[in-house]
Amino acid sequence: MDTTERKQLSSIALHVREHIIRMATDGGCFIGASLSCADLIVYLYSRVLRIEPHNTGDPERDFFFLSKGHDVPALYGTLAELGFIDRSRLANHLKTNDHLYWHPNRHIPGVEFHSGSLGHLLSVGIGVALDNRLRELSSRVFVVLGDGELNEGSIWEGCLVAGAQQLDNLVAVVDRNGFQANMRTEELIPLESLEAKFEAFGWAVRRIDGHSFDQMEEAFSVLPLSAGRPTVIIADTVRGKGLPSIEQRADRWFVNFTHDEVTALLDELHGLSAASLSSEALHVR
Amino acid sequence: MTYEELLLQIAGADERVVVLTAENRAAIRNLPSQLDGRFMDVGIAEMTMIGAAAGLALRGRIPVVHALATFLTLRAFEFIRTDVGIAGLPVKLIGAVPGFLSDGNGPTHQAIEDISLMRGIPGMQVFAPADVDELLAGLPDIIASPRPWYVRFNGLPSVTAHHEPFAIGRAEVHGDGNEVAILTYGFMFRETHTALQLLQAEGLQCRLVNLRTVKPLDETAVLRAVRECGLIVTVEDHFRTGGLYSILAELLLERQLTARVLPIALEDRWFRPATLPRVLEFEECTGRDIAARILVECERGRHAAMAGHTETAAHAEAMFKTYL
Repeated sequence: MDTTERKQLSSIALHVREHIIRMATDGGCFIGASLSCADLIVYLYSRVLRIEPHNTGDPERDFFFLSKGHDVPALYGTLAELGFIDRSRLANHLKTNDHLYWHPNRHIPGVEFHSGSLGHLLSVGIGVALDNRLRELSSRVFVVLGDGELNEGSIWEGCLVAGAQQLDNLVAVVDRNGFQANMRTEELIPLESLEAKFEAFGWAVRRIDGHSFDQMEEAFSVLPLSAGRPTVIIADTVRGKGLPSIEQRADRWFVNFTHDEVTALLDELHGLSAASLSSEALHVR
Repeated sequence: MTYEELLLQIAGADERVVVLTAENRAAIRNLPSQLDGRFMDVGIAEMTMIGAAAGLALRGRIPVVHALATFLTLRAFEFIRTDVGIAGLPVKLIGAVPGFLSDGNGPTHQAIEDISLMRGIPGMQVFAPADVDELLAGLPDIIASPRPWYVRFNGLPSVTAHHEPFAIGRAEVHGDGNEVAILTYGFMFRETHTALQLLQAEGLQCRLVNLRTVKPLDETAVLRAVRECGLIVTVEDHFRTGGLYSILAELLLERQLTARVLPIALEDRWFRPATLPRVLEFEECTGRDIAARILVECERGRHAAMAGHTETAAHAEAMFKTYL
């Protein structure tokens, strides 16, 4: 990846973060988790996934599944920036004239499957990967998982099955932002050593900085990591990445900001001035 | 008093009471520090949570399990049915954010079959409070009951005073009109109460039956409404299948009765996600919409009774919509 390409990715990711911030008002959104995986989603759509905006139904495309569905503003922002949907459509968030709400909906071009209930799309991804193998297609399946989502038993059933089936056309990406809804993962259900857990289930594992495009390039350009084994990329990320007033704050998981706060957060994103926030975090779970 | 203060009080007086959650702490944020070991957060693992609740109940505990209504009743359904239901253990399931209250979350979070599923389990009882006052009034009896319960959690402030003390299996009736009886439970009490006032202002003789416990059902109040009123309206933020409309149909068939019934419910589809006021508007479930739908139905009934009447029901609908 050269400097121009890296700059271009950063520019797209910045725009996606702007979209996320704008969706965090008039009802709000899961801003913290959306910001943590924005770079990953932008990178995957820009450099890895074989998916075209104007041919989302191509049977030989790669499949992208957002299993941690509450960070859908990052996905919608990316789809808007890359031409899958019109940017103006994002203003329909939480209105009844469209299908943009807190979790993904398949009516939106580029969204392969709905999610929101955690621990579902690894299994759905396994199904698609099995079909790809039966059809002898080279298309791959990418599933983005949350680290809190790894609490769900269904994830570990899926890990066993994918390992048993030797699905090396399946790639799980863990957005390891270190938090679940209310607190740090390690304070509630400790996950580490996460590499060892996946390895024990028969997966090939790589751990990267989920905000470094160079590290992503290094990891995703050599898929599968190991022939005959499913791949997991554990991406260490920062919840709320890009907004210091939100970063790593357990209470900034889901927030419904005022319009003034949105303006202040956009300024903060662009490094102008720190936002002063008074809106209470909403505890929707 | 708040919901969590009441839980704390009950737990303070009875050491058998324990509280479990699957990281759904919105309404119980202060319990962990106050209940110590008797507060257990299993993370996002509903099946394990229910299995563990059954194990705790087996040892004489009274587990209060607080989690999102969808994942509690759907993901852990077989655990509820098998570990709690078959054993008849006194586990208290508190389903948060049910029905329309999941507003912008989308179908994955819409608990609109929870009444149907929970009442279908032998021995399971169901409480759907109209507001926080009713929730707090009912909770002590629910927790003291030797049976398993599902509570359709509703922590919203009340819109009107409740005149009837809480009792399991007893409904609260507002108004005594005999033209229309509205039957409802839970959150939709708020909108139906608005509808009741609009209809009364319109000169219609109405009553509103707030069921409170859906199972056991206050059959006396429901049958009296059927006997005395010309039109029964069931209102619920739930699929029409398996909810109140089904409950009424089961009761009528059992008693070999018939009635004119207008069901207001979700018919074989999920509701459109948005902010709550937009959801109610889109689904035509605001108090005004409910009143208008009832007026149209009354008009339709009059037409059926008066052969040769020229005005169409559609015309009447337009007329009443304009009026409201």
